[in-house]
Amino acid sequence: MSFLEYRVKFVPTGLRKVLHLNWPLIVLVTAVSAVGWLALYSIAGGRMDVWAGRQMQVFALGAVLMFIIAFVPIWFWRNMSLIAYVVSILLLLVVEFFGATGMGAQRWIDIGGFRLQPSEMAKVTLVMMLAAYYDWLDVKKTSRIFWVLIPVILTSVPTVLVLMQPNLGTALILLMIGGTVMLLAGVSWWYFAGVITAVGGTIWAVMASRGTDWQLLHDYQFRRIDTFLDPTSDPLGAGYNIIQAQIALGSGGWGGKGFMQGTQSRLNFLPEKHTDFIFTTLGEEFGFVGVLSLLVLYGLILLFCYVSAMQNKDRFSLLLILGIAANFFFYLAINLAMVMGLAPVVGIPLPFLSYGGSAMLVLLVAFGLIQSAHVHRPR
Amino acid sequence: MTVTDAVYEGQDVRRSPKETEESARLTHRRALLMGGAMTAMFAVLGARMHYLSVDQADQFKLLAEENRISIRLIPPARGLIHDRNGKVLAGNEQNYRVVITREDAGDVDAVLAKLAHIIPLTADDLDRTAKEMNRTSPFAPITVADRLSWEDLSKVALNAPSLPGVSPEVGLSRLYPRDTDFAHVLGYVGPVSDNDLEALDTPDPLLTIPKFQIGKIGVERWLEDQLRGKAGTRRIEVNAVGRVMRELEREEGDPGSDVRLTIDADVQNFVQARLGDESAAAVVMDVTNGDLISIVSSPSFDPNLFVRGISHTDYNGLMENDHRPLANKTVQGVYPPGSTFKMITALAALEAGVITVNTSVRCPGYLEFGGRRFHCWKRAGHGAVDLEKSLSESCDVYYYDIAQRVGIEKIAEMGKRFGLGIRHELPMSAIAEGIMPNRAWKRERHNEDWRIGDTINASIGQGYVLTSPLQLAVMTARIATGRAVVPRLVRSVDGKEVPVAEAPSIGISEDVLRKIRSGMYAVMNAERGTAKSSRIADEALLMAGKTGTSQVRNITAAERARGVISNEQLPWNRRDHALFVGYAPYANPRYAVSVVVEHGGGGSTAAAPIARDAILRALSDGLPPLSAYPSSQRNRIDSMLKKLPLRDADGRAPDSSRA
Repeated sequence: MSFLEYRVKFVPTGLRKVLHLNWPLIVLVTAVSAVGWLALYSIAGGRMDVWAGRQMQVFALGAVLMFIIAFVPIWFWRNMSLIAYVVSILLLLVVEFFGATGMGAQRWIDIGGFRLQPSEMAKVTLVMMLAAYYDWLDVKKTSRIFWVLIPVILTSVPTVLVLMQPNLGTALILLMIGGTVMLLAGVSWWYFAGVITAVGGTIWAVMASRGTDWQLLHDYQFRRIDTFLDPTSDPLGAGYNIIQAQIALGSGGWGGKGFMQGTQSRLNFLPEKHTDFIFTTLGEEFGFVGVLSLLVLYGLILLFCYVSAMQNKDRFSLLLILGIAANFFFYLAINLAMVMGLAPVVGIPLPFLSYGGSAMLVLLVAFGLIQSAHVHRPR
Repeated sequence: MTVTDAVYEGQDVRRSPKETEESARLTHRRALLMGGAMTAMFAVLGARMHYLSVDQADQFKLLAEENRISIRLIPPARGLIHDRNGKVLAGNEQNYRVVITREDAGDVDAVLAKLAHIIPLTADDLDRTAKEMNRTSPFAPITVADRLSWEDLSKVALNAPSLPGVSPEVGLSRLYPRDTDFAHVLGYVGPVSDNDLEALDTPDPLLTIPKFQIGKIGVERWLEDQLRGKAGTRRIEVNAVGRVMRELEREEGDPGSDVRLTIDADVQNFVQARLGDESAAAVVMDVTNGDLISIVSSPSFDPNLFVRGISHTDYNGLMENDHRPLANKTVQGVYPPGSTFKMITALAALEAGVITVNTSVRCPGYLEFGGRRFHCWKRAGHGAVDLEKSLSESCDVYYYDIAQRVGIEKIAEMGKRFGLGIRHELPMSAIAEGIMPNRAWKRERHNEDWRIGDTINASIGQGYVLTSPLQLAVMTARIATGRAVVPRLVRSVDGKEVPVAEAPSIGISEDVLRKIRSGMYAVMNAERGTAKSSRIADEALLMAGKTGTSQVRNITAAERARGVISNEQLPWNRRDHALFVGYAPYANPRYAVSVVVEHGGGGSTAAAPIARDAILRALSDGLPPLSAYPSSQRNRIDSMLKKLPLRDADGRAPDSSRA
């Protein structure tokens, strides 16, 4: 028996696909989300209606999407990659010119009360596009300059559009995702060495541009860099978030102050406590043990993604799963490094935990793709 | 499906098995590498978390403990302002106040009601407190009452246990010990307003402290950046009722820089007292370096009233006073300079070569031009008049004549060269530019052609010419030295001397200047000099000067017909302004002085005596020595000087002991 490009001896069909889903991954994702609901419930002072309720609704909607996507064969999604990529680029163009502005950046389109952030979408469509590209490309050509240039352009287009919003954090993540998929696909190390040198040079140029007429970043972004280097220099201004976040995390101690006992978050000392800084609430209320458990959950999600990817002989699926896992990892690593004071404050939510519809839906859609790849793997 | 197909299970038919396997192996290898990097990152995050919540937990727990730790700004002490000899002109005094923190107070209304029993609180205080509470975060302390006595403060401290969230505090507030003497120079400070904040791009966090005071006008405003200093921060731990238990960390800010002015507080005080109740302005300037020794506008007001929040009655009183105490007449007030302008007209004519120092003009008492008669102040005329006589006897016709020869453009140019009609940059508010009119100016301002009559009026400092007392002092200093002296008010900031550049030459030949000076000398010392009665008798301190009397209005034909021409018969606000400019000692000029007495009548009677006293005060160490006055005047001067309400050595006003 064979379908499309693969010889297979068995493909689950119909409802039997349920048995072949990657259930541990679903359980883990649900568990992490549930931790998020608890945190949101606590931050709201024991109220469901402020954030937690809505977050659960979004999760439910996302879960349905995830299952639907999981049931559709992965090759359909592969064939959809180019369309999805083009649509997300168009949407980015739409926000660029017609989007609503939040925090000084154009980031979302309002669709019937739901705020769609095309930059979130682009993270997944970019992975799909690059995975499909390398699936199609003759392996021998992977490292040839022309064939390397194409994925570079595919990555650059959404990155530049997001940077123009301006949303530095997401642009960086897009760049890293693009690089990761290319690395996994087998592009020669030399290219990466070259890019790393170039990036180093660019960082130097950006820092050197400060205060000149051709300043490359916004003043607020430079100040964030300063604050990162020395948050205590401005304890009531730019450094306030970082200092308060560290106080919250540190004061949790081994076992935390207990559920709903976090004072930092509940007395409004923490800004953005329900979105980007939600991890600090967990640290404060559940302590080192709680935080470590969460890290383990995150680690397990990544591990199961890896296992699923390694079992998969389809090049598209392999690259897609690893790309999404890398995306997921970048989210959480940057967010955690940020709240722990190891990285500058950039607007990156914590996956499955931070309050916010777009990010949650996109993540669940991405995990739906992982499930589809898992169910329909050639065997 | 056959058994042999098993070899191809999952095989991509587009690629050879070898290729598929190789590419998969490469991807797997790199994926594992990436997995290793992820694991390392997880380890870093875990270690950081361990550092924060285990190693450093105690410190952070302390910091977060019920959020009782807060960071507060310590307002820096504002820089002091001294006079040239180090006498304090603006200082800081301790100010006792009571603050309340909503979060710690619990039932705010009950606590405030209790507080009202202990110390006097007005309904206004309570109202304002309630309003501020709605605006600020619950943990921000709000000032309930300000400027309490030590007794009231002690009472609050004693009753502390029953007043949760309330704490007594000591702060600094601005005090101007020589109140009225420096109101116009220093200005005053006041609480930051929304307007102040909007004017700044990146406001200092200090400005967000409730009731923080910044300079509003005068030196306080224009040297705000130097005077303010930098905020310190302190992390404090407070207990359950909001009392500060201890300070965890304190980083002192930098106090503002001390500023030393060029003004001599004692001379300033003398001149202020000497001007008395007149609506007047006087400027004494050191001609060698431009230092303003005293710059007085009268009447004055008490800037301390503004610091404490001026009452409506006081404010309306100041606003309705027709002598305009709030206006700084020295730099802001502009007046027709009258005859004090004649030196400029003469200089313009001499410089242009249309006359020489010996040119003589016949004065029949008037000059006819275009069917109109321009009168000399002396109806009978002065006869033949040369430069020196024209100055000493202030003949108008001489200037009508020479002004026509030289033209307005050269006169205006000369005026600007001597500091008239240009803005002198000083750290003071509302510095006026004055007007030095010429053809282009009239075209632009009035859209009319310049007429010869305008030149004739301008030649004796009437018409469109307007100057401030500061500009007149600068003009006099420049005539006295022949150098383009620039006035300055700040001597040193934070102990660092402000350098004075050697003033460049004004570019007029010394011969010409000497002639002008000797004319000004004759004004005071010649037999028929207009200011002869205000001369200095001391040979070493001889003074030169020029009187001026400027009309506030045109005398109408009807008035002339009725014969109402004497100043005394007019209402005060229609009388002439009295002006005088001068310098001393004549032989070796040290100080220039300008005096304007609004509606004071004649310059020789109202302004010149004040100028002489001011310059003698600046030249001597204490009160002007009687020996410097002509012997016939000594008794009168002596009793006048004794009556002056001068401050004592500590700057206390003479009536403060009675108050």
